[in-house]
Amino acid sequence: MFENLAFSSVTEFLQMGKYTFHVWSVYGLFAVFLTVNLYLPRAAHRQFIREQKRRALRAAQSGQPVEADEGRSDANGGE
Amino acid sequence: MWQWFFRLGSPKWFYELSGRWLPWLVVAMTVLLTIGIVWALLFVPQDYQQGDTIRIMYVHVPVASISLACFPLMAVAGVITLVWKMKLADMVAKCAAPIGAWFTAVALATGAIWGQPIWGTWWAWDARLTSMLIQFFLLIGVIALRSAIESPDAAARACALLSVVGAINVPIIKYSVEWWNTLHQPASSFSMAEDSPFGPEIWVPLVIMICAVYLFFVISLILSTRTEILIRERRSQWVVDLVAADKTQGA
Repeated sequence: MFENLAFSSVTEFLQMGKYTFHVWSVYGLFAVFLTVNLYLPRAAHRQFIREQKRRALRAAQSGQPVEADEGRSDANGGE
Repeated sequence: MWQWFFRLGSPKWFYELSGRWLPWLVVAMTVLLTIGIVWALLFVPQDYQQGDTIRIMYVHVPVASISLACFPLMAVAGVITLVWKMKLADMVAKCAAPIGAWFTAVALATGAIWGQPIWGTWWAWDARLTSMLIQFFLLIGVIALRSAIESPDAAARACALLSVVGAINVPIIKYSVEWWNTLHQPASSFSMAEDSPFGPEIWVPLVIMICAVYLFFVISLILSTRTEILIRERRSQWVVDLVAADKTQGA
């Protein structure tokens, strides 16, 4: 398997011929892209649960029904 | 058949089903992504003309080709929204637009970084590049349209219509490299022959990366759609119960 490696040393691998910037910036951008698009929807999910819990708690304290949750905007909810 | 179709339209059903599927999809994506990236970075031989920039292909091609899936998906969801007024279809369409914009932007950026050493320019007003840029602006347009319209139903209908119209751009992007004489190269044809310039040692990791990035698209779309479902269904009993049953974080 290792005889098929395209590089003979770690330095050579990190240099990527004369295209160090090009190759690594593309893979770096790809990593950021993956992380952001997996993290943001999960964070939004957690935030929704947190908010609803807080609302439920407030409603329970004031004796109001849970359904009274006017004021939360739907905008940007998908992210 | 129709019963199945309408059951699929139930946000609660989708939420539960996707919750069961997600861990498996994430495992499959992680495995494929790891194999694909290690293969692309370490084992793919240097190209005799492009040198190591060939490795950029394993990010650029999957991201660019999957960005083309976004508008057809939104157009189908749009037709379902317009004809059957299925709530879930509009939620999927709403969540697909920003993800599609990300895919298109990353495809354009990685293309520019690849183009600079190979073509000697970051950008050219070439048919493929320009039609991709139009796709990006159309997606931004869909997102802006939705946030500009107050009524959710009217926003859903307007976005559905714009998605159907915007999908016309997809075959233009796809065939731009054949219809016009462009700087961007046409799609390469796969070959099984070992000595071919585009033999298995080049395209097998590419296919793996395409599958991995497809899974990533599906996973991020499912994740955003699940949150959107909870937000829109927050008054229904099942969401209230779900929030109450959640033990992971305090109020």
